[in-house]
Amino acid sequence: MSTKPTSNKPRTLYEKIWDAHVVDRRDDGTCLIYIDRHLVHEVTSPQAFEGLRVAGRTVRRPDLTLAVPDHNLPTTPRRAADGSRLPIADLESAQQLAALESNAPEFGIRYIDATAPEQGIVHVVGPEQGFSQPGTTIVCGDSHTSCHGGIGALAFGIGTSEVEHVLATQTLLLKQSKTMEIRVDGKLGFGVSPKDVILAIIGRIGAAGGTGYVIEYTGNVFREMSVEGRLTVSNMSIEGGARAGLIAPDETVFAYLEGRPMAPKGAEWDKAVAWWKTLPSDPGAVYDKVVIIDAAEISPSVTWGTSPEDVVPITGVVPDPDSFADPSKQEAARKSLAYMGLTPGMRMVDVPLEHIFIGSCTNSRIEDLRAAAAVAKGRKVSSRIKQALVVPGSGLVKLQAEAEGLDRIFLDAGFEWREPGCSMCLAMNPDKVPPGERCASTSNRNFVGRQGPGSRTHLLSPEMAAAAAINGHLSDVRDMMGGR
Amino acid sequence: MDQLRTVEGRAFPLGRKNVDTDVIIPAHYLKTISRIGLGKGAFETVRAEPGNVFDDPEYAGSPILIAGDNFGCGSSREHAAWALNDMGIKAVIAPSFSDIFSGNAFKNGILTVVLPQEAVDRLLEVAKTDPIAIDLEHCSVTTPFQDRFEFEIDSFRRNCLMKGLDEIGLTLAMDSKISAYETRLATERSWLSA
Repeated sequence: MSTKPTSNKPRTLYEKIWDAHVVDRRDDGTCLIYIDRHLVHEVTSPQAFEGLRVAGRTVRRPDLTLAVPDHNLPTTPRRAADGSRLPIADLESAQQLAALESNAPEFGIRYIDATAPEQGIVHVVGPEQGFSQPGTTIVCGDSHTSCHGGIGALAFGIGTSEVEHVLATQTLLLKQSKTMEIRVDGKLGFGVSPKDVILAIIGRIGAAGGTGYVIEYTGNVFREMSVEGRLTVSNMSIEGGARAGLIAPDETVFAYLEGRPMAPKGAEWDKAVAWWKTLPSDPGAVYDKVVIIDAAEISPSVTWGTSPEDVVPITGVVPDPDSFADPSKQEAARKSLAYMGLTPGMRMVDVPLEHIFIGSCTNSRIEDLRAAAAVAKGRKVSSRIKQALVVPGSGLVKLQAEAEGLDRIFLDAGFEWREPGCSMCLAMNPDKVPPGERCASTSNRNFVGRQGPGSRTHLLSPEMAAAAAINGHLSDVRDMMGGR
Repeated sequence: MDQLRTVEGRAFPLGRKNVDTDVIIPAHYLKTISRIGLGKGAFETVRAEPGNVFDDPEYAGSPILIAGDNFGCGSSREHAAWALNDMGIKAVIAPSFSDIFSGNAFKNGILTVVLPQEAVDRLLEVAKTDPIAIDLEHCSVTTPFQDRFEFEIDSFRRNCLMKGLDEIGLTLAMDSKISAYETRLATERSWLSA
């Protein structure tokens, strides 16, 4: 219960959170783990609620559960001029959203409506509302739940059967993961963002490098990073194969959480902070694997292929498939390049674009929008760009950005300023990249067809996406930051 | 859930690595509120390739799929497991699986068999012409050519698969332990209960 150790062995942050959540330990090492926070969205929950209904089961802890629609919502206005709610044209999307809207009250779960200012992408809403807290176990039927590790929570994605299991029992049966420390020390170069740090990490360890591990990001680069940046990094742990990422909670996190609507208050706050301070890994704690990266070696980066591990510095070129040692990687690279319509040796800065997407649970927080706006300010989106979307991560991010005048900067430059949601990250709503067209995207996956059937995706940071929008091709943002 | 002890038959020799769940079932099929009927959208982008294994009559109705490293990576969508179920796939063999996918597969009665790349390469070869047999009792994969590969599997998962157990029912039987934990939680970390 407490994080009290079973021996005096130094423990990692992960081991402390794990130990504090063991309800029961089986002989084979499988543990029944208590879940403190459960985020629910419309795509991966209907079948879980249906399962409960069929079995006559209830939600054990509705008070620890929060439901928010995000994946299917159009990012166009949700209310007409007279204040009435606009219908959703896609009937299947509408049906799925309606299912969540009726399941939440039926099972007594708090629900944030699509038209509420607090609505947004679950992984933006959780930390923003103070629902996500350090040292908690957080699950959601979405693989980017790893995001919340940025505030020091053990957070991971689950499937719908597990969603049903958590709803019914507030627990999950799990085997303890191995631990991987990824240490980045040193000084990040000019124009290098948290997105570049995580892309560089995935490029190094590979898309399966973290399978079976929980990653803890350590080193001064993460200690000095804002909470928004930490959420970006931990968000993409899953792209490196790790179900969860963690960054030790510290004063930066406490300052971020204090006063948020669902954060502890008064004496409870003090009690929580005292416990949170016991969580960082003990000196001498041992990780199963350690990866060390020099911050100075990380450049502004982009992806060239259809796996997030396909990362090169923006100053680089499209690689030759034959340059990979592994024959299966050579084959995969050939397929990727055919799909992406790229040829080996082509300079990344020469790759032309038709679409820009600034958004997603990876990069749609206020700092991301500020970084992109700083590049877009006083400039115009290139005439070759057919659509440049800016989709804030939540209604509150949108309001904050508007209070700072960021919406005007984007609109004046020729970007579209939309309502919050997952949008073009996975194209379940009407925001899609057409077949064969190419998008510079601040999202997390460049998979085949991810942004719409036949779509081609290059992952990058918000400032790099803004630079790409202005130039109409992938660009080195550092060339546009001089004197600013 | 159905009991699963053996899986025997032809296998789709897909082979490729990093098959993500967007490939297994694209996002535009995720709008369903049912678990069934997703087989029609399974591997849509692979099926668009001429000569793909899924549309080859040689492999029609195969209960086994053989893939490369990191099968099921990416999105947590359980629709991937439901789509495989709907195709009639009972087992997937690969050198490694994403953690989330293997959990989803297990909860839907699909066996994930981890074997070294050399063994997978041999099975891909055999699968082109002959059937494969997986025995969960003995944790082995065999071919008509006397190949025999043993695999390891979590004992809890093996037991659940072989007996077709409902995991939620098993956990609910531990209600007193969960309640005791919640009582301690309410005092030790009282700030968590809103």
